Amino acid sequence: MFTKSFMDNLNARLINWNKTAEKTRQRKSKPRFFTVSGVDIDELYTPASINTEGNDDYYFDKIGLPGEYPYTRGVHHTMYRTRLWTMRQFAGMGTPKQTNERFKYLLKSGGTGLSTAFDLPTLMGYDSDHSRSLGEVGKCGVAVDSLADMEILFDGIDLSKVSTSMTINSSASMALAMYLCVAEKQGVPFDQVRGTLQNDILKEYIAQKEFIFPPRPSLRLITDMMEYCTKHVPQWNTISISGYHIREAGATAVQELAFTLADGFQYVESAIEAGQDVDEFAPRLSYFFNAHSDFFEEIAKYRAARRIYARYMKEKYGAKKERSWLMRFHTQTAGCSLTAQQPENNIVRVALQALSGVLGGTQSLHTNSMDETLALPSEKAAKIALRTQQVIAHESGVVNTIDPLAGSYFVEALTDKMEAEVEAYFEEIERRGGVLQCIEEGFFQRELAKSAYRYQREIETKERTIVGVNDYVEDDEEIEIPILYIDKQVETDQVAFVKKIRAERDGTAVKETLDNLRRVARGEGNTFEAILDCSRVYVTLGEMCDVLREEWGEYVEPASAMMAS
Amino acid sequence: MSEKIRVLLAKPGLDGHDRGIKVIAAAFRDAGMEVIYTGLRQTPRMIVDAAVQEDVDAVGVSILSGAHMTLFPAILDEMKARDASDILLFGGGIIPDSDKQELEKMGVARIFTPGAPTEEAIKWLRKAIEEKRK
Repeated sequence: MFTKSFMDNLNARLINWNKTAEKTRQRKSKPRFFTVSGVDIDELYTPASINTEGNDDYYFDKIGLPGEYPYTRGVHHTMYRTRLWTMRQFAGMGTPKQTNERFKYLLKSGGTGLSTAFDLPTLMGYDSDHSRSLGEVGKCGVAVDSLADMEILFDGIDLSKVSTSMTINSSASMALAMYLCVAEKQGVPFDQVRGTLQNDILKEYIAQKEFIFPPRPSLRLITDMMEYCTKHVPQWNTISISGYHIREAGATAVQELAFTLADGFQYVESAIEAGQDVDEFAPRLSYFFNAHSDFFEEIAKYRAARRIYARYMKEKYGAKKERSWLMRFHTQTAGCSLTAQQPENNIVRVALQALSGVLGGTQSLHTNSMDETLALPSEKAAKIALRTQQVIAHESGVVNTIDPLAGSYFVEALTDKMEAEVEAYFEEIERRGGVLQCIEEGFFQRELAKSAYRYQREIETKERTIVGVNDYVEDDEEIEIPILYIDKQVETDQVAFVKKIRAERDGTAVKETLDNLRRVARGEGNTFEAILDCSRVYVTLGEMCDVLREEWGEYVEPASAMMAS
Repeated sequence: MSEKIRVLLAKPGLDGHDRGIKVIAAAFRDAGMEVIYTGLRQTPRMIVDAAVQEDVDAVGVSILSGAHMTLFPAILDEMKARDASDILLFGGGIIPDSDKQELEKMGVARIFTPGAPTEEAIKWLRKAIEEKRK
């Protein structure tokens, strides 16, 4: 974009500038300037930082226009001028009835999207009365044992009118099946049902560790569901491929992006291998990223993500439809960056992180509550988090212009660097035999543990400052945050309810559909259809998972994944 | 100190968030302790079994799911039943202050909450083991 004579002139002036700057640097500078991810950053970026000399194609190859390939500037032509991001706050606790009341309150307050958090027993495929569920029922989300619970959860909510996001992975098929059964009972045709499942099992092995079955049968559950949804539930987003948890587990920005994209491409390859057409399923894939504290590094991450994804979908996987090239993503601010000390400071952290997500072109956003390192979010804290998004949307002015940081020498250089480093990880993953091999050998897990330990060391040696934690500390600090407790009665009630459902349902139908699920799991056929049949007759989530555990076994992490080295 | 400190680290319950416990494991190891990490989804019985078998000085558990008021007492009970109450039980996680106090009253030696430096845990554990060995 710049001529040779301009670049020569610039380089000469930079040499002079550097001589003068060096004098001040020696007197005053910190030893290192680096990002949250530990990446060293230059003090000044100029046209010399981006490789554009005489390259007229640079702009269209690397940056382009919004809504056009390679989508660095965003997936829509008009971005937030015509449609703001969706403010989607995650909620769910206690019994289905309590969460239903919360949902109705959110819808009454003008929300059109629901986002469901499930409790750990539901996520891990255990019913509420299982011995392993003791003390966990209704704690991190709502408990769902059978269709009866799903009926209560969505009671009085028209499933043709809302879009529902469900954060569930190992047992995602069961949750979606029960949701579809509720739609059936409401008389809502499946092609009108809208929503998103997280359903990203690969990142569970890498980061969040809520896995049940080994990777290969887990991938079959997912491709079977994708096949079913492509045919019958075309508006459903089948997987939300998640970097969020990878980042929370300690990854750097580059690791988050590289491992998430590698997971995404693994799903694409698995579905293609199962005989599905990339342009049929790819438009329903979406992504989910973290917004950590390093403002520009995060923005570069989102921009690089779109560009890399578009290129691979088009060139490597041969997708023809433009919609298959688009990376649409949800963003959530970084829970792991929030501090228990001086928790009100978290409001500021969340605001800056959310702003990076918006400047990075996110399609939806969850802002964390300031109190979540202390306990489950209180209503007040959750409201401030939502208000933060509204201030960004309506007061800051950043929505007026699409991708306003494009052309910043720093942001473009960082975006290019991020892309190159992601490519280097792709090569390493390939060399190690691919994503599944890397999971089974603990490669990703070790990389994350190393990064997490490095970050903690930086804080403890004070190479990195965290306000209120290792600097500006208030020793006599008293935390005045109200704490939300989940009543023990929730567990008692839920246990009694699942026992009652088991006693009242049609035992023959239960046995028949479970036997069929076992047959399909052992051999051929679509597991999702079998799970749908089970759900309809009130087979519990735990019973379905038990059958699959018996047939496929349970996954145990390899010892090589457990330590940093 | 004459003998190396042996510590078992475990994740009880269904929670899979293991970033914290792995950081602690690496820090304890770098501080010269012998660390045994059990991995995820350990029941109280599995944890106490491993602690007795490995003859450790202390057991550290990490709980971020909110199930701490069920899991810590269950581990203490299991220790009592196995006559292993001389093993120090400590832990960390998202644990509100009032729960923390209650747990320490029940016999959990120490609860660390988010933001606590690994250095603090190392110092505390060294001192506690030294006193126990007297």
